[in-house]
Amino acid sequence: MKKTDTKAVIKQESVTEKAPKPVAQVFIWIFLIFWTLLNLFPIYFMFTFSLKSNAEIFGENIIGLPKEWLWSNYSTAMNTGKMWLYFLNSILVTVAAIAISIMAGMMATYAITRIKWKMSKLTNAFFMLGLTIPIQASIVPVYVILSKASKVPGLNMIFGLNRYTTLIIPYAAFSLSMAILICTGFMTEIPFDLDEAATIDGCGFFRTFFKIILPLMKPAVSTVGIYSFLQCWNEFMFANVFISDSVHRTLPVGIKELSGQHTTNWGPIGAALVIATFPTLIAYLFLSKKIQASFIAGAVKG
Amino acid sequence: MKNVKKWFAIIVFLLPGLLLFIGILIAPIAVSAYRSLFDWDGFTEGTFIWFKNYKELFTSKSIMFGNALKNSLILAFFSVFVQLPIALGLALLLGRKIKGEKFFLSIFFMPVLISTVVIGQLWLKIYNPDYGLINQLLDLLHLENLKHVWVAEVEPIGIFKNVPFLKNIPIALGSIIVPTIWQYVGYHMLLMYAGVKGVSTDLREAAMLDGATAGQIDRYIVIPTIKPIIRVSVIFAVTGSLKTYDLVRILTNGGPFQKTQVPSTLLEDMLFLRNRYGMGSTISVMLILLCFAFALVITAVFRERDK
Repeated sequence: MKKTDTKAVIKQESVTEKAPKPVAQVFIWIFLIFWTLLNLFPIYFMFTFSLKSNAEIFGENIIGLPKEWLWSNYSTAMNTGKMWLYFLNSILVTVAAIAISIMAGMMATYAITRIKWKMSKLTNAFFMLGLTIPIQASIVPVYVILSKASKVPGLNMIFGLNRYTTLIIPYAAFSLSMAILICTGFMTEIPFDLDEAATIDGCGFFRTFFKIILPLMKPAVSTVGIYSFLQCWNEFMFANVFISDSVHRTLPVGIKELSGQHTTNWGPIGAALVIATFPTLIAYLFLSKKIQASFIAGAVKG
Repeated sequence: MKNVKKWFAIIVFLLPGLLLFIGILIAPIAVSAYRSLFDWDGFTEGTFIWFKNYKELFTSKSIMFGNALKNSLILAFFSVFVQLPIALGLALLLGRKIKGEKFFLSIFFMPVLISTVVIGQLWLKIYNPDYGLINQLLDLLHLENLKHVWVAEVEPIGIFKNVPFLKNIPIALGSIIVPTIWQYVGYHMLLMYAGVKGVSTDLREAAMLDGATAGQIDRYIVIPTIKPIIRVSVIFAVTGSLKTYDLVRILTNGGPFQKTQVPSTLLEDMLFLRNRYGMGSTISVMLILLCFAFALVITAVFRERDK
């Protein structure tokens, strides 16, 4: 074929149909479907064995749908395994930590981006150090402080090992840098004329922040919230080290304990895994774009 | 007067953030650094011993930090050279306007949302020597000789028997590496996909007009454009491997015979099994230093290659 012809053919393709040639498309599809199955199969396995008896899991029916749907596994996990308590604990700890880190993060971002002062860039850089600091870095001193606080009467009612604040405060602190990073992106996009107009109308910094800036930060709140939610909901190391009583356990530690107790009975363990996972997966069904976007926002600048 | 108001506002707005950040991150790190120079049980005052903890960390045969570090670096190796290429491949394929692109993207990202503890428990059931999915399937296929105890097996991985450097990796460590790769491929794919989608369509079309194949476009246009994202992915994969904790605690607990110990699990053992808070602090400090050092080295390597 002459050179001009190839160009013409390619041009035509690129204008009408940019997708690859059919044969290549089929191969790509086979590979993508293979990878889809590899991703979905463990999740499918988890869901089905959560509804089976040991007899089915251990040989009669390893990977098929359950012959008899044993919903009682779920009530075992919920009641004997106390998953309902761990579930509520996880929600409480996660929501409180996110609320604190978003509020503190937005206030700090406001001071950094919308008030003019000399050290604002440096302060921002200081907060950004948190993006690379591993959670392990502070575990020893924080553990020692918490265990000392546990022995102080009065203070140990609200702070110390085995309290809700034990996890809420560290989670909020470790979510803060990301909150500031993401909020900075959103806040600098709000036109500065708004602040000036507010000042002319007699608003101080506080009124400007609460009445004008905060209402415009809703998209930032959802982006930060989604990202931090998954970090806190799934966090295991602090929860495992700082919480030893069953009352304040969060889901990851609860699951570990449950599977330690029920080594021979797999159904309830499967049910516990599903209970811990499905809220996120169902939310993902409806918010997949938003969730993906928040992970991208959290990484691209980090 | 205006200045006083301004500084008052700045301080009030920064205060909650600074308290949290300094109280939970910065001050503890300073304390860790200081305490890493002590022989300390966490409750008494402890004795100042200069850098003896660091020396012991790298020489002691009972702590075996070198072993833990090596294990996390093996994990980092597989993350960078197996996980990231798969992620890049998927991102490039999805970037070619495949039918169902969004559907595949959403499915591949799903494991990232699941807690590592759940993933660990799930894979425990897959690896279980008696009733686990893998061994039962091997039984059905009459491949009994391939059955293993997986998470408790010190035996080296068969397929790497003749590969230098890799021939001594125990199966137990391999059974931690597989779920780690499986879970986070989707994360890196998503980042890279966002980069691939950012490549201007004009550039692609111009290349197509010049007769470039899809493979050539990926190789000469897309990959160089998304290099900063690949760099971020490499840094995340390496520092993530150094920090790894959850899957090791759940799947092997560092065993058998310390074969799968990693720095974070070693750190926890120092606190709860040996009451050595000074040494625990030393491991913390080493982890921070290693994470920063690797991030800097990786950035430098990428800059070098750009020249």
